Amino acid sequence: MCLGIPGRIVEVSAPDDRPDLRTGVVDFDGIRRAVCLVYTPEAEVGDYVIVHVGVAISRVDEAEAARTLAVIRAIPDALAAELGPDGARL
Amino acid sequence: MKYLDEYRDPVLARRLLDELRKVATAPWTIMEVCGGQTHTIVRQGIDELLPAGIRMIHGPGCPVCVTPLAMVDKAVAIAARPEVTFTSYGDMLRVPGSIGDLIGVKARGGDIRVVYSPLDAVRIAEAHPDRQVVFFAVGFETTAPANAMAVLHAAARGLANFTVLVSHVLVPPAITAILDAPDNEVRGFLAAGHVCAVMGYTEYEPIAARYRVPIVVTGFEPLDLIEGILMTVRQLEEGRAEVENQYARAVRRTGNTAARDAIRQVFTVTDRTWRGIGEIPASGLALAPRYAAYDAERRFAVERVGTGEHPSCVAGDILRGTRLPTDCAAYGTACTPRTPLGAPMVSAEGTCAAFFSAGRHRSTVGSP
Ligand code: SF4
Repeated sequence: MCLGIPGRIVEVSAPDDRPDLRTGVVDFDGIRRAVCLVYTPEAEVGDYVIVHVGVAISRVDEAEAARTLAVIRAIPDALAAELGPDGARL
Repeated sequence: MKYLDEYRDPVLARRLLDELRKVATAPWTIMEVCGGQTHTIVRQGIDELLPAGIRMIHGPGCPVCVTPLAMVDKAVAIAARPEVTFTSYGDMLRVPGSIGDLIGVKARGGDIRVVYSPLDAVRIAEAHPDRQVVFFAVGFETTAPANAMAVLHAAARGLANFTVLVSHVLVPPAITAILDAPDNEVRGFLAAGHVCAVMGYTEYEPIAARYRVPIVVTGFEPLDLIEGILMTVRQLEEGRAEVENQYARAVRRTGNTAARDAIRQVFTVTDRTWRGIGEIPASGLALAPRYAAYDAERRFAVERVGTGEHPSCVAGDILRGTRLPTDCAAYGTACTPRTPLGAPMVSAEGTCAAFFSAGRHRSTVGSP
């Protein structure tokens, strides 16, 4: 659970009065997950973020995202562990 | 032995390794702290491609492996209670405790659910007000922002049926403990990229200066690791001991300020026992007093019932880097990822599991 997976933000939502509740949907190469975006207030739709256990912790560029994903794919069961059971399909 | 052709950029990999061969004039021992990096190093055979004399030691960077036995036993005891829905990251389920593991509790009818995020555990608590939902909050600085957010959400919603069993560990005190050990051979460190993406790397600067060790913040990709090792060796050869950032594309010196603020709000630094290693002062996070209502250890008073580790397991030596998994008599025979005797065989980030999945055997180790 410690690795962190990069994904692309496809949706952002936050109540105007509660920016602390900023969430979104992130696409991990086909698998979509609700992700907390509170710690990456600068990240918008189309941006890539590294997600640890459902929470984005940093914004990265697309090339970096692709490289990190390739490494994680090589680790057995890592995607399943990071994304939940559906991650195995990734 | 792996071939360089398997690398994303074999030409660049070869160039970095040639440069490393040129730069390295003395033997140096370097530790990578992160389990993800261990996995890449072992899988890609990076340790076998390095010039003679440059030795990698695999450090204690697998969160599943270092979660203390007593904490696993507490989790097992709490999960077995009829009123509890116990939620956890999947790889904690098969970690052996001294009174069995969480999967055994599940097999006996315990309500144990694998979640991918602590925020899912909060949602389960909201949906089931009749259940006591407990989340097993383990991990390094990388998972701490998420676990902090779960507590903040539960507090904001006034959830009375959500608690966390916190067993967080911190990297910098572990590095200091390794350096303080009288038999320490590590001369330089690769710091974990994503830990630093959260925390930044200012905490490492006084360690580098005080112990005269280079610390290079490094990514996870094979080329990142070779470059991180090259940067470390270059410092060692030049007599420098600085913190350098190889992983600048994801890491800023001050890390993620918002995430750090949340960690500081929800948690407080505490002494923590690391499985196989022992107690390291100020090396963990516990809930801050103002969030004590969300502390599973307070809500469910659990007696210590355990007896200890499996007698064959030398996980402590593995985590300190003084022995390799292939030196363990149980490795690959009594102990496999399907039948783990010790925690480092459970998670993909554990050194024993990394060796096993790369197909390393006792007879082939050390012969390229
Ligand atoms: S191979 Fe198994 S028994 Fe041996 S040290 Fe690793 S986890 Fe322990």
